[in-house]
Amino acid sequence: MSTTHDHGHDELEPRDTAGSDLALRQGDDAVDKFENPGFGPHRPRRSDVEPEANKRAERQVVALFTISILGTLGFITAYFALPPGETIASMRVSNLALGLGLAFALLGIGLAAVHWAKSLMNDHEKAEDRHAQRSSDQTRAEAVAALKDGAQDSAIGRRGVLKGALVSSLALFPLTIALPLIGEVGEDWNVSKFKRTMWARNKKLTIDPTGRPIKASDVTIGSVVHVIPEGLHETEAPLDEKAKAVVLLVRLDPRDIKSEQGEGWSYDGIVAFSKICTHVGCPVALYEQHTHHLLCPCHQSTFDVADGAKVVFGPAKRPLPQLPITVDDEGYLVAQSDFHEPIGPSFWERLR
Amino acid sequence: MSTTTSAPTGGQKAAAKTADYLDQRTGIGGAVKEFARKIFPDHWSFLLGEIALYSFVTLLISGVFLTMFFVPSMNEVHYDGPWPAMQGVEMSEAYASTLRLSFEVTGGLLMRQIHHWAALIFMAAIVTHMMRVFFTGAFRKPRELNWVVGFVLLILGLAAGFSGYSLPDDVLSGNGLRITDGVVRSIPILGSYLSYFIFGGEFPGHDIIPRLFTVHILLVPGLILALIGLHLFFVVLHKHTQYPGSGRTNANVVGYPLFPVYVAKAGGYFFIVFGVIALMGATMSINPVWNYGPYDPSPVSAGAQPDWYMLFLEGSLRLMPGQTEYVLFGPDGWTLSLNVLIPAVVVPGVLFTLLALYPFVESFATGDKREHHVLDRPRNRPFRTGFGVALLTAFFILVLAGSNDLIATHFHMSLNDITWAFRFLLFLGPWAAFVVTKRICLGLQRKDRELVLHGHETGQIVRFASGEYIEVHKPLDAHERWLRVQHDAIRPVEIEPAEDSRGVRRTGYRLDRMRQRLSQVFYEDRIEPVTPAELAASHSHGEHDALGSDQEKAPAQLLGEGAPTGGGRRLRSEDETDADGRNS
Repeated sequence: MSTTHDHGHDELEPRDTAGSDLALRQGDDAVDKFENPGFGPHRPRRSDVEPEANKRAERQVVALFTISILGTLGFITAYFALPPGETIASMRVSNLALGLGLAFALLGIGLAAVHWAKSLMNDHEKAEDRHAQRSSDQTRAEAVAALKDGAQDSAIGRRGVLKGALVSSLALFPLTIALPLIGEVGEDWNVSKFKRTMWARNKKLTIDPTGRPIKASDVTIGSVVHVIPEGLHETEAPLDEKAKAVVLLVRLDPRDIKSEQGEGWSYDGIVAFSKICTHVGCPVALYEQHTHHLLCPCHQSTFDVADGAKVVFGPAKRPLPQLPITVDDEGYLVAQSDFHEPIGPSFWERLR
Repeated sequence: MSTTTSAPTGGQKAAAKTADYLDQRTGIGGAVKEFARKIFPDHWSFLLGEIALYSFVTLLISGVFLTMFFVPSMNEVHYDGPWPAMQGVEMSEAYASTLRLSFEVTGGLLMRQIHHWAALIFMAAIVTHMMRVFFTGAFRKPRELNWVVGFVLLILGLAAGFSGYSLPDDVLSGNGLRITDGVVRSIPILGSYLSYFIFGGEFPGHDIIPRLFTVHILLVPGLILALIGLHLFFVVLHKHTQYPGSGRTNANVVGYPLFPVYVAKAGGYFFIVFGVIALMGATMSINPVWNYGPYDPSPVSAGAQPDWYMLFLEGSLRLMPGQTEYVLFGPDGWTLSLNVLIPAVVVPGVLFTLLALYPFVESFATGDKREHHVLDRPRNRPFRTGFGVALLTAFFILVLAGSNDLIATHFHMSLNDITWAFRFLLFLGPWAAFVVTKRICLGLQRKDRELVLHGHETGQIVRFASGEYIEVHKPLDAHERWLRVQHDAIRPVEIEPAEDSRGVRRTGYRLDRMRQRLSQVFYEDRIEPVTPAELAASHSHGEHDALGSDQEKAPAQLLGEGAPTGGGRRLRSEDETDADGRNS
């Protein structure tokens, strides 16, 4: 802070500021520095000293521009001769030909210009002075005076009520844009929809994506079925419902089941769990048969299907919610009810 | 190049008339006089920012092309086009139009691939440009505000990439949005409402693609364009920084004129950047969404990766142990998902805040109010360089953690072990990187001192009459030396005592004390540049290096000083030992 007084009188002078403040603060040792030796010798390029090299460089630049022209012509040819067609192969050929034409058209120009600049243009470095960013004390004083004059002209300082009215109106008017935006942007703002899915008593478990009902007797031990609720496609917003209702069904040997989330929620070794990860909501789809582990491929949360889908590894905390199931009179798997807790990732009011 | 004495040609006359017309209406002559021969310094590392600028222009050109054909709608249609694998499949119009762009629009796939590659290169160029600015201290006064502008551009680049990645509405990007929804929901109190705000109701809803489209093609690019304008305005206003070297000072700028050298070089460089991206689009397939299928909440594929600049968030999410989710205030209370909140919000928040505020922290610790236009050599600022490498190390560990499944399958290792290793590495790695980098910097500075004091080794061995062997050293010339001695030695700030002479406590002492502590962290360990006095001292006992001079005297002098005689030179000077003595 001891140095603020020295600003102003020489601010607009170009100067080497190195060490000035530090020297004042740290004592006189910063003065003991080497002198900048000034510019070093200029090293000529080959094209500066050999006329032959100079001519050669010029020819190279011309050749590069020519390559660019050929590239553009190639691109136009490819556009008409090689449409993407019906197959992956013809699409790839079209893409390759067009892309190479474009690349040559562009690289030719770019390399020519840079080569020209580097080999043929004057390469003697030049120096320009810098000036301090700060405006001079006089300019500052004039700026402050200008603002004072303006403030005086408006007489804002003496009109307190006017000032208050101005600030209030400016602060309030954005509400006219924000209110309808915030009101409408989140549909009905009914976030409790997170807590329910379309599963209900006696709703059939059907195969994703065909929608065919599943007979308990058709599910063999060790097999996995991706399940959606019956009637999903008839709902108002099938994707929204599907995003909550997808279920993974696994048949275990009943002796392997260590625990369940509710008494009688499985049927003869068939267990059904929400497929939406309790971490951040990816579909949990990788099942390892011999360990009964279910792995989320996004962040590797691992759940033990035989043990109430408890977390055995990874960033999820809670087990996958279990869907209570049973069979109806015809032997088809049906839900006993909706899930008993919200599925998917946690949210603040999840348990409220 | 033309001769000036001959009569003006038709072209020259037309040019003169046009110039006159413009100048009478705009006074553009002043601007041309001011800027045509404006000097810019030359260095390869200054091209990194240019790559970012040119890949952004490439993004604009290819992006406008894509908007002509892309339909930002989530209405369900049944595909009817040339791609047999999707025949009759139900999909959103966004996905169907992306297929149409790839299969039916000639050049459409090329533009899509150019757009995606350009986005990856845009982010890579921003990050490496930022590293250049950081490690060379180009963010110091008067450029702190431009650092902040650049930082905001980095964040906007992430936003642009993220919003664009999700537009094709394929199964991969849809799962990315699902993760976003999960992360947003973890935010206390507001989370569920923010999710509704983004998706217009429940996930996925029908609004997210049109909304992201507006964000991606209007909001974010508009802001980026405006801030690029501000960024470049600042560059012109401040004039570009330059690397230290002979003749370069804080009061000048040394380089080549804008016209013609940079018109050719920078203009040509745009074509090179665009050309390389076109070559990538031509030869390297990226994001083949026709293989993934349209978004469906049920399927997911293993080994899927987001674009590289999002990997660190993915890695951060993967590393966090799940036990940290809590229910507050009783069994039916509020759910606080620290297992998501910390890795997805707090960790990037800390990394980015450190990055954004660094210039202000450093200037506080340095107590330096001067303008700086000559760049630092990274070795001369060991703390800063170490800190930057530590931050990068943390970032790259998170990137690797985001690929832990690929590491596991490629190297046949246990996924769980890898995750545990990264959990420890995230804390140990940056610390180790800091220590090692700082030591390397100090070592390089010692080497610089050594070179300045004793010159280059020549490989010439000379034997004295006394029987002693020494190696002849060739002193550095003034230019070689200047590079190694030009920098300031920054020492920890000294503050006034807590009490004045009458024993009254001084106000502001605690802030000063804090600054002093921070300053000590930054600058306690240091090697100072050689001073002329030190060089003179070294020459006076190093006369033997100059052949033919008093050869008998020099070794005797060395012995008298008790220095090691083996190499005929001391490895450290007294002053350096002093400075170094504060190390531990």
